[in-house]
Amino acid sequence: MKINNSIAKKLKKDFPIFKKNRGLVYLDNAATSQRPKQVIDSVKSFSERDNANIHRGLYTLAERAMQNYDNSRKVIAKFINAGSSEEIIFTKNTTEAINLLSYTLNSIIPKKKTEIVLTEMEHHSNLIPWQQFAKKNKMKLKFIKMNSDFTLDIDDAAKKITKKTAIVTMVHVSNVLGTVNPIEKIISIAKKQGALTVIDAAQSVPHMKVDVKKLGCDFLAFSSHKMLGPTGIGVLYGRKELLKKMSPFLFGGGMIKKVDLENAEWADIPEKFEAGTQCISESIALAQAIKYLEKIGMENIERWEKILLRYALMKMNKISGLEIYNPEYDKSIGLISFNLIGIHPHDVAQIMNEDGIAIRPGHQCAMPLMKILGAPGGVCRASFYFYNTFEDIDKMISSILKIKKKFS
Amino acid sequence: MEKISDELYREHILDLYKSPANFGELKNPTHKHTETNSSCGDEITINLVMENEKVRDVKFSGSGCVISLVSASLLTKKIKGMKIQDIQKMDKSDIIKLLKIKVNPARMKCALLSLKAVKSALEKK
Repeated sequence: MKINNSIAKKLKKDFPIFKKNRGLVYLDNAATSQRPKQVIDSVKSFSERDNANIHRGLYTLAERAMQNYDNSRKVIAKFINAGSSEEIIFTKNTTEAINLLSYTLNSIIPKKKTEIVLTEMEHHSNLIPWQQFAKKNKMKLKFIKMNSDFTLDIDDAAKKITKKTAIVTMVHVSNVLGTVNPIEKIISIAKKQGALTVIDAAQSVPHMKVDVKKLGCDFLAFSSHKMLGPTGIGVLYGRKELLKKMSPFLFGGGMIKKVDLENAEWADIPEKFEAGTQCISESIALAQAIKYLEKIGMENIERWEKILLRYALMKMNKISGLEIYNPEYDKSIGLISFNLIGIHPHDVAQIMNEDGIAIRPGHQCAMPLMKILGAPGGVCRASFYFYNTFEDIDKMISSILKIKKKFS
Repeated sequence: MEKISDELYREHILDLYKSPANFGELKNPTHKHTETNSSCGDEITINLVMENEKVRDVKFSGSGCVISLVSASLLTKKIKGMKIQDIQKMDKSDIIKLLKIKVNPARMKCALLSLKAVKSALEKK
């Protein structure tokens, strides 16, 4: 379904939040997306008809819950083109998925490998776990630099990834700049040096087709709540042969094969990494969200968001005193960070709220990047989804102009 | 939608933001302190000249949002001539009284930044 402005308006009608909040201009989709009634109904229907714990329940309800849960894993595996559903591990969110890796990867890293390569544009979720990992395992962090147009410096990547590199990890798409990083190229450099690759795909999987086989990454993480699904559920994709070798992350029920008083034997993947009762209805709702996205088509979503981005950039570039941190529409997803020079982002966002516009001000969980951008107070970020329209952007632009006038 | 900041950017607030009171530094401050709010990048430096346990002169400098800068203007106006022990008793409610606007919880830290800076400066000997 190719999206245009009138189709975007129609799609918006699937989202009850816009009915309950008339006039809401929601431009904070990179923080969390809104939910279509198909996803809301899925959670409701599970609670009303199917609720039971999974694993070893021999009654009909438990069987149905288990079936739906397993099926959800299959839907996710197919969505990102994983080899099998065993390669899909349910986590709480992207952050927990990366923490899982930061607690378990040392079990499969050779001793002579002592460096981790990241970028300067990491979200805290893909920075702090590796800082801790490096401290615990006496490793060094290296950061690939950014070009002045907010893209990644590939030459610097080639220099920093060496035989000593244990892990190369980065955001697929920056949550501040919108930049789509050339991860295929970087993964191939990493592979040549025998490094593991970890991709934070929290901002890419909701907005474009992501194919883990084509990318060739070892691990990839994303969150349900940024792609129409509920909070509390995230996904870690990992290559089967690696997951099998890794030690478990959390211990307890559901992740074992055999237990005696002194010892336990781990379950097969993916259960080995899923201790305790999981977010069952949420994972099933995530599969519904994926079905909704697939019905529209990820290519169509990406295309429409680029049209919105180009439209917004064209208008915003004409406003004097507006600083924009974006590499231009062909290298970015539908996300723009900006500052009105001399006006604090918190003031801008709060006045926009008066106009019913939701954007996000502040450091965007990327404090080191704010320092590089020279934005100590942070930035204002407007992030789009396929249900946004030209009118949403027009309203944001007129609000920006109003604020500029108010402060002049 | 609920409009929480309806009253926030009123004329008296914006005027004081555009032309702040007591902005700058003092030549020979007896007390000086810089307070930062790292989560939003705001930074306020307070310069005080104390005489007989009273504020003889005060100025502030720094950068930040409307709430933190306007609070600093209003606070420095208020404390000129005040006794140390009275300043030390000041809290959130005094700042709200000075601002005469609703401040939502997320912005309270900004409103209190300059008071924190003044109190910290006075604690230094």
